[in-house]
Amino acid sequence: MTLNRRLFMGAGAAAAATLKAPVLLAEGHGKPNVVVVGGGAGGATAARYLAKDSDGAINVTLIEPSRTYFTCFFSNLYIGGFKEIDDLGHNYGTLAAKYGINVVHDWAVDVDREAKTVSLAGGGSLPYDKLILSPGIDFIGGSVEGWDLSAQNAMPHAYKGGSQAELLRAQILNMPEGGTFAMVAPPNPFRCPPGPYERISMVAHALKASNPTAKIIVADPKEKFSKMALFQEGWANHYEGMIDWIGSDFGGGNVSVDPAAMTVSIDGEVTQVDACNVIPAMKAGRIAEMAGVTDGNWAPVNAADMSTKADPDVYVLGDASQQGDMPKSGFSANSQAKVCANAVRGALTGSRVFPAKFSNTCWSLIDTNDGVKVGATYEATEEKIAKVDGFISSTGESSDVRRATYEESEGWYAGITADMFS
Amino acid sequence: MARLPILPAALAAICVAGAAWAEEIGDAEKGADLFSTCIGCHEVGAGARDRIGPHLNGIFGRRAAAHDGYPYSRSMQRAGDDGLTWTFETLDAYIENPRALVSKTRMSFRGLKDPRDRADILAYLRDFSDNPSDVPEAEPTARATDHDLDPAILAIQGDPEYGEYLSSECLTCHLPDGGAEGIPSITRWPVEDFVVAMHAYKRKLRPHPVMQMMAGRLNDEEIAALAAYFRDLD
Repeated sequence: MTLNRRLFMGAGAAAAATLKAPVLLAEGHGKPNVVVVGGGAGGATAARYLAKDSDGAINVTLIEPSRTYFTCFFSNLYIGGFKEIDDLGHNYGTLAAKYGINVVHDWAVDVDREAKTVSLAGGGSLPYDKLILSPGIDFIGGSVEGWDLSAQNAMPHAYKGGSQAELLRAQILNMPEGGTFAMVAPPNPFRCPPGPYERISMVAHALKASNPTAKIIVADPKEKFSKMALFQEGWANHYEGMIDWIGSDFGGGNVSVDPAAMTVSIDGEVTQVDACNVIPAMKAGRIAEMAGVTDGNWAPVNAADMSTKADPDVYVLGDASQQGDMPKSGFSANSQAKVCANAVRGALTGSRVFPAKFSNTCWSLIDTNDGVKVGATYEATEEKIAKVDGFISSTGESSDVRRATYEESEGWYAGITADMFS
Repeated sequence: MARLPILPAALAAICVAGAAWAEEIGDAEKGADLFSTCIGCHEVGAGARDRIGPHLNGIFGRRAAAHDGYPYSRSMQRAGDDGLTWTFETLDAYIENPRALVSKTRMSFRGLKDPRDRADILAYLRDFSDNPSDVPEAEPTARATDHDLDPAILAIQGDPEYGEYLSSECLTCHLPDGGAEGIPSITRWPVEDFVVAMHAYKRKLRPHPVMQMMAGRLNDEEIAALAAYFRDLD
């Protein structure tokens, strides 16, 4: 099979779709329908691979409310001033034009698993033979006392890409001289395990330049975190005296906030703050719950193909899934999407299904040209996605290694976003 | 060190003939040592063949992307069509920062910042260009692939369809169009070089931890499948 042939077929499908537009309910003509909910690292990748590899044999619909998708990965680099917000924005034009994916900008609000339909906030519903949910995360109400979504302007979570990240950066840059930034870190499991700590590094980087006497307080309900030794080494090297990390053994989990007064109470001690990033406890994006495929906060899945334990025709990818050993990351979601797409295409068209292989690498930036990484490979077992092998950057690495690691993360960003959107 | 001819007399002659180059011509013997950073991809000397990169015999005076049989990037072809010809000056600019001269070249090379190092390498390469008949019959030849991999492993015919599936894991980081920013291009490599490189990661001879891990769980057939798929990806 050549790529040229596939591209030609894809273009033909796109042209056909244009002639029939506007089509919301993809017309079957006997072709199977796959509906993908969520256009992030899991959903965009799954839709793209299904459409690209099936040569038009499957109708693929992607439901995503945002016309411009801002990646959550690399949003910390925006907060640190290493990226512009527009560097992180992507759209779905190529998925529609090149692969013939029916991109619907709307919210999926319910799933009827009996009738096999997905209903949309804008009205109407879409039939599916296979449904792939990749809705990311939502926050658990009440997990940080005093905070709810109505407080997200005063105390942003900035844990979904786009405007929340812009808001947090603006608040950091507007802090008074010598002011205080606080973060309430989330309990496990949560999206992007090194994310809060890379964020602390990036906040420190921004403040060191604009407001070097500012202080950073982190209240953390955990005793330890991802790449802890690497971050702590980096904080001591680059931001000595700026960062006060309070783990659970010092009361970091006993936290409440008052967004109106801009105060944070940690283990009974109340501090006035000038900017505050509250990252609450997380659960699967709501549509997974609406579909009835969650058990507790997450959706349990079978490791071989990401199908849910609740329904073999409903799949859950990425952060929302409960799959075993993989961290909740964009890289993981992208990896799971490709395994899932291969299995779904096989089930619908009889194409070859290959064994599941998963991998993940998470890069973090501590300061300019000081990048670190952690990663692992995984396999599907009966029970879960199980770790096979892994690695992590070492403390005390040379500046050349750290710079190369950072440059590699830039390469990865170009790679994964091409794998999702191009 | 046993290597070839830039005879002092010949060097002097070049300096006289091309005064503008005089201070750019470096030490070819040092250049031979420095060229060790290039031989992962480029061969030069008698019997040199195209590998991941084209062989470099006769590079001086040649139009960019003009060597038959090597699958140049579109960017390099365009540069050649626009008239880029390899001279001391253009090669110096290219190896200082490849993407500054040819923006989407597949050459995964950070660039040499020291003008003296660049001059030394170019002096070395110059020996293989002036007159093809001067290319030595035996030593010294910089070989891209010295390895002790079992010929049976190299003989495995890869399954490109399986390779396409497996490639999706590579494409989270590596770009399918051969672009290389921070992460090298892996498209259009000769199968042998691809297989040798992946087994070198698998055996932890090559140092990169991500690639050691990724290659570590691929078996011989899977590596062959990937090599077959990426060889033809354009």
